[in-house]
Amino acid sequence: MSLVAHGVTAGYRGLTVLRDASFGVAAGETVGLRGPSGCGKSTLVRVLALLHAPDAGHVSLGGVVVSGVRHRVSAALRTRVGVLFQSPRAASDPRLRLADLIAEPLHATGHARAHTRARVAELADRVGLTADLLTRRPHEVSDGQLQRACLARALVHRPAYLLCDEATTMLDASTQAHVAAVIAQEQRRHGTGVLVVSHDAVLLDRWADRVETW
Amino acid sequence: MADLTVLRRPRPAATTAAILLTATILVVLTAPWLCPLDQSAVALDRVAVPPSLPHPGGTDDLGRDVLHRAVYGLRVSLLVGVVAALAATVLGGLVGGIAGLLGGVTDRILMRLVDTLAALPHLLLGIFIVAMLRPGLGAVIVSIGLTHWLSTARIVRSELLTLRTRPFIDAAICGGATRTRVLTRHLLPHVLPKIALATTLMIPHAVWHETSLSFLGLGLPPHLASIGNMINDGQRSLLTGAWWASLVPGLLIVAVTLAIAVLAARWRDHLDPRVRAELDL
Repeated sequence: MSLVAHGVTAGYRGLTVLRDASFGVAAGETVGLRGPSGCGKSTLVRVLALLHAPDAGHVSLGGVVVSGVRHRVSAALRTRVGVLFQSPRAASDPRLRLADLIAEPLHATGHARAHTRARVAELADRVGLTADLLTRRPHEVSDGQLQRACLARALVHRPAYLLCDEATTMLDASTQAHVAAVIAQEQRRHGTGVLVVSHDAVLLDRWADRVETW
Repeated sequence: MADLTVLRRPRPAATTAAILLTATILVVLTAPWLCPLDQSAVALDRVAVPPSLPHPGGTDDLGRDVLHRAVYGLRVSLLVGVVAALAATVLGGLVGGIAGLLGGVTDRILMRLVDTLAALPHLLLGIFIVAMLRPGLGAVIVSIGLTHWLSTARIVRSELLTLRTRPFIDAAICGGATRTRVLTRHLLPHVLPKIALATTLMIPHAVWHETSLSFLGLGLPPHLASIGNMINDGQRSLLTGAWWASLVPGLLIVAVTLAIAVLAARWRDHLDPRVRAELDL
């Protein structure tokens, strides 16, 4: 079982960022991807996250080729891939309280309220968010606290694969360690495949099973 | 300690505007009870009386009390202004929404249409529309609605285009949100305050448009007191020295629309402090 990009070429409006790139993450492993700015790391994450359509090549999820991106991907496939974005502030709807932010994917896929409430409480506890923080909105919490909420949101569907795009770059050392620990715990429990994109070699060497450098 | 007095900076313009507008709305709403006499009753024994205690705004060339009539005129003008601004908002919101959400060719076609219409003088376009319809309140509202939706369409479209590229929309999609859900839960709630603000800023424009049409004799029927009709009627008295017949309704409409604009600008500052310097009222 794996999430793989096969010979992907992708870019933006005539600007090709990725050229014939193949990269994959298997269930249960932690893969690091390292490279300088502009080498296409984030574009690869967007392609794997089924947010950006490749110009050539394709993405397969668990051996099945995924056709279409964004809204054209069924919720069943979509929810098997969790994404943790670089900037928690940009990736959070400023209107939502943290509890709603975490619950949003469950509401979106029509889960029962009772289940949602229990799941949010469980995840908030795991990522270290207090009940008081859950009632606040993004502008009332720190980047670290917000990234914890975003991690909870990314894990809320219990994804088979988790993509972290420079997700800990903006965090202090202890929050960074905690986020990594929560992800490692999720991986042990559910065999999650984790892709960690970063330019931080030390972090990747410590965290990832194998590191690929672009 | 940092100087925080700026937070409680008095805003005399906004305060004055709020008081003026509240008073106007109260007077306009209670007009039938406040001054129940017929504002269109002709009294030839007191024609063109200058402003005085029994007639603070004077009387016109048919002996009608100018201030009394201006209050009723303001009722009509504000009603037309608000309804027309709402109609323009709905139309502009729809066109801008479709352009911003679908993007691509649809967006390009719709926005070129908007540009084309914006290139025409809108009073001229308004006159053309009124001329095509049966004269009356409805024709004026349609005329304003059809000429004032362009700015709203542009605002809604650009807001949607910017919002759509924000990472939190990607995050919502990753969570499994459908198109409808992204629209109703993440896009509209961010656009609605801007639309409401645009509508408020449009009301003075709409009122002025109605006034202009009525002044040109294309708006409301002459027996109906509207500010435009009154200023138009007052012209005749101007040469005989009865300046108040045009000036009183003119000042009233300037004051009221300015008050709405000041408050709307204040609200805009509150929503988006970055553009504060642009119009410091």
